[in-house]
Amino acid sequence: MSVITYRDALNQALREEMQRDDRVFLMGEEVAVYQGAYKVSKGLLQEFGEMRVVDTPITELGFAGVGVGAAMVGLRPVIEFMTWNFALLAIDQVVNAAAKMLYMSGGQYPMPMVFRGPNGAALQLAAQHSQAWESWLAHIPGLKVITPATPYDAKGMLKAAIRDDNPVVVLEGEMLYNTKGEVPDGDYIVPIGKAEVKREGEHCTLVAHGKTVLMALQVADALEKEGIRVEVVDLRTIRPMDVETIAASVRKTNRAVVLEEGWEVCGVGAQVVDYVQRHCFDHLDAPILRVHQEDVPMPYAKNLERTAKPDVAKTIAAIRQVMYLPTA
Amino acid sequence: MAKKKTPPRSEPSFGETDAPTRASLLHSMLLQRRFEERCAEAYALGRIGGFCHLYIGQEACGTGAISLLRDDDYVITTYRDHGQALARGLTPRAVMSELFGRSDGCSRGKGGSMHLFDRNTNFLGGHGIVGGHVPIATGVGFAIKYRGTDQVILCFMGESVVNTGAFHEALNMAALWKLPVVYIIENNRYGMGTALERASAIHDIYQRGAAYDMPRAQVDGQDVLMVRAAVAEAIHRARTQSIPTLLEVRTYRFMGHSMSDAVSGTYRTKQELEEYMKRDPIHVLRAHMEERGEIDDAGMTALDEEIKAVVQDAWDFAEASPEPALESLWEDVMVETTT
Repeated sequence: MSVITYRDALNQALREEMQRDDRVFLMGEEVAVYQGAYKVSKGLLQEFGEMRVVDTPITELGFAGVGVGAAMVGLRPVIEFMTWNFALLAIDQVVNAAAKMLYMSGGQYPMPMVFRGPNGAALQLAAQHSQAWESWLAHIPGLKVITPATPYDAKGMLKAAIRDDNPVVVLEGEMLYNTKGEVPDGDYIVPIGKAEVKREGEHCTLVAHGKTVLMALQVADALEKEGIRVEVVDLRTIRPMDVETIAASVRKTNRAVVLEEGWEVCGVGAQVVDYVQRHCFDHLDAPILRVHQEDVPMPYAKNLERTAKPDVAKTIAAIRQVMYLPTA
Repeated sequence: MAKKKTPPRSEPSFGETDAPTRASLLHSMLLQRRFEERCAEAYALGRIGGFCHLYIGQEACGTGAISLLRDDDYVITTYRDHGQALARGLTPRAVMSELFGRSDGCSRGKGGSMHLFDRNTNFLGGHGIVGGHVPIATGVGFAIKYRGTDQVILCFMGESVVNTGAFHEALNMAALWKLPVVYIIENNRYGMGTALERASAIHDIYQRGAAYDMPRAQVDGQDVLMVRAAVAEAIHRARTQSIPTLLEVRTYRFMGHSMSDAVSGTYRTKQELEEYMKRDPIHVLRAHMEERGEIDDAGMTALDEEIKAVVQDAWDFAEASPEPALESLWEDVMVETTT
C-alpha cells in the first residue's frame, strides 16, 4: 500500500493492464510524446512504444471511431478525451456505434473498449470547459458509466473497465488528479456496478459520485460536530446503478439528499430520487432534496462560478431541511 | 490517376478475370438484382418495414470489389448494404430473414435492412449514420497494422459522405499512419435528392484524396471488370505496402433513395434515368461475356431461372422463420465479461 495521487493511480492501472494484455492500447490527443495533457500517461510511450501509445490529430470523432473499429476486430482500445467537453464531437461514435454495435449485430460484435478523461468543472474555465456529462452518457443502454472518486477506486475501476467486454465510459476529474490516497501496489479490481458507503451514519443519507464525494465527506465532517451523522453513499458507477446499496442506506436513515456536479433537469439525482421513491417509499420521513449546479452555463468570474457550483454550504442546508432542522 | 505503364513481370496484372470468374460475377450481380426486386415487392406487401434502400444499378461496384477479397479480409458499408452482403457470401436466406425481422436473420432480427452483420464473413455491418462508419474502417485498418497481418478492409460509402467531417478525419489518419484501407465511394450522383454538384465544391470527388496525399482514381462503376482492375491495384497496395487508396466509382441508382422515394420526377428526370439505365451493369458484363462466347440467351435464361428459385427459397425461408423470441429484446445489450 502506498499513498499516491489519483493521476498516478490511473497511470498504474494503464501500465499494468498494458503489461497484462497486448491487445490494450491508449489513443488520444497528447497522450504519447507530451506524456498526457494531465500526465496520466506519463512514461507509457517509453515503455510500450508508439503503436500502443498513440498521439492523434485533434480529431475526436475520428479517433473515437478508430477505437470502435479496433474493438470490433478484437483489440481493447482505451480512448482518452482530453476532456469530456471535447467528446461531444465524438458522441456519434460513443452513442451510435460503440453502445449499439452488439445489439444491432444480434450479439456478434462486442465492444471491449474504454472512453476516458476528465469530466466536470475545474476552476474558471468558463462555459465550454466546465460541464458534467454523466446524465447524458448514462442515458444510453449499451454503455457502462463510472465515476471513481478516490485513487483506490480510480485504479481498481479503470482496470475493471479495461477488462470489461463492453464499452465503459470513465469520468475522471481535473480537480481529482492531484488528490492523494492509499493504493495497493499490485493488481486488484474494484467491480463496476457497486456503490460504496464511504462513511457510515444514521441520520441522513447523502448520495454523491465523482468529485462531489469529497465534498460530501466534508459535509459529513462539519455536521458531525453538531451531532448529525451523515451516511455518505458513493455511487461509483452511474450505469448500472447499485440501487440496493442506496436503498439499504435510506431504509436506515429515512432521509436522503443527492449531490451532483451536473445540472438539475434530467440529472443523475433525478434517477436516484426515482429509485428511492420506488424502493423506500414507506421509509421516507421527508421529501428527498437535490443539490446540483445552478441551471446556467458556467460563468468565468470567480464569484459567479462559486455561486453556480454545488458546495458544502448548500449541501448542509439541504440536509438540515430534510431533517426539519432550522437552516442557518 | 495516370494509366500505369506495363507493370514489370513480378507484379500481378491487376484484376484480370478468367471465364469462371466472369461467370461468378454475373451470378452474384444477377442474384442481387433479383433479390432486391423481390425486396421491393416484399416492402409493398408490408413484409419488410422501416427504411429500405435498394442497390439496383450499382451492383458492379460491390461485386467487383468484394470478389477480390480473401476470407480473412473485412468489409464495412452503409445502410445500402443488401448487395454487398450477398456479394460477400451472406446467404439470401439470412439476409431476407433479417429484412423480414425474423430470428434466422443475419442480425437476429435486431438490425434490419440497414444493419446487416455477419461475423463469419467479416462483414462489419451496414451503418446508418452517413459518414459514421468511415472512421471505424480506419480503426480496422489500424488493428490490422497493430497485429502485423496483411489483411485489408474495403469501406464502401456514397458520394455524400465526402462532405462529412468524419470522412476527412478518417482519411487523414489512414494516410498519416499508412493503414491498409480501400475507401470506395460509390458515386451515384445523388445524396438522397441532392445532386453532387449542389453539395460538393469539387465534382471529381476522387480528388479529395489529394488533401491527404492519398493514391486515388476514378472508375467506371457500371463495368464490373473495370471496377475489379482498379480495386485490385488498391488492394495490392494496401496488402503489400499498407497504403490506403480512395476510389471514386461512378455509378447510378436505378431506384429511389429508399422505398419511399419516387424513382424520378423531383430531383432527377425520367430522361436522365433512362439514359443511365442503358448502361445496366448486368448488361455490360453480359456483353463482355457474349463477345467471348461465354454466355448466350439460353444460358442467361437458365441462370435467371436458377437465381429466381434461390430468391423464392429465401422468401419462403424468411416467411417460415419465427419472429424473434420476446426475451431476446433484453439480450445483446451487454455481454457477460469473460476476461
